[in-house]
Amino acid sequence: MKARVFVTLKPGVLDPQGKAIHHALEGLGFGGVQDVRAGKLIELELADGTSDDEIADMCRKLLANTVIENFRIEKLATA
Amino acid sequence: MKSAVLVFPGSNCDRDLAVAIEQVTGRQPTMVWHRESELPDGVGLIAIPGGFSYGDYLRSGAMAARSPIMRAVADAAGKGVPVLGVCNGFQVLTEAGLLPGALMRNAGLHFVCRTVGLKVENSQSIFTSAYKSGEEIGIPVAHHDGNYQADAETLDRLEGEGRVAFRYTEDCNGSARCIAGILNAQGNVLGMMPHPERALEPAHGNTDGRRLFEGLLEAVA
Repeated sequence: MKARVFVTLKPGVLDPQGKAIHHALEGLGFGGVQDVRAGKLIELELADGTSDDEIADMCRKLLANTVIENFRIEKLATA
Repeated sequence: MKSAVLVFPGSNCDRDLAVAIEQVTGRQPTMVWHRESELPDGVGLIAIPGGFSYGDYLRSGAMAARSPIMRAVADAAGKGVPVLGVCNGFQVLTEAGLLPGALMRNAGLHFVCRTVGLKVENSQSIFTSAYKSGEEIGIPVAHHDGNYQADAETLDRLEGEGRVAFRYTEDCNGSARCIAGILNAQGNVLGMMPHPERALEPAHGNTDGRRLFEGLLEAVA
């Protein structure tokens, strides 16, 4: 089975990379962008039966730094 | 004083730190590879060097913080052994949960590599006893991820408990309250972005970093 982990900066945490992307988009003439936040997508290929708790544990222990980041787990239906 | 310098794949200031420690203590530190699970017996100082451990993959210091040797470091820190983390070493200490907060990408996105002014905020710690409180010193920085962030409550606690060891005299990376170095609650773990080992002898252009090692030696010997 597959799972996707989305790691995003917590609201209020300054995101210098998002700001730089925002400026670059404006430089390209895209005027309607109000804010940009950059995050990470981590795809996991997991043994069947891996529990949600176990995936959340992976996120808390390594994949996300919960001081500054939130995570969201999306499990993909097995084909 | 016996000491140990940790070495991770991608560490690049380990030898500089070892030279600094040897010059001041007169004793060569043991270089300890990250896969080891034990530190040498009776070590009086553990130093975590700068560099780009694991290529800064995932987050700076994230992989190194989960390596086998860090369990031994956490145990030793809990028993009061002094731990000094410089630059990537500071990032490793926050990722390992031995210091609060996190080090994020510099606010200006630039890699900052120059000597910066630091104000010594607390001269009562074992690391800063050779400085005067409020004294301004110059120490080189060289980092991309030195932007110290923590929630307001944590920052207030750090300030209230005298755990801000060093503060930049001018904003160089966006750090909350210009924090450059912090102590743990027990005062035996210091993480700092500036490199004291790069300001050790006159040939470096400045010797302000030397007193950190001298003070530490005096405090723990």
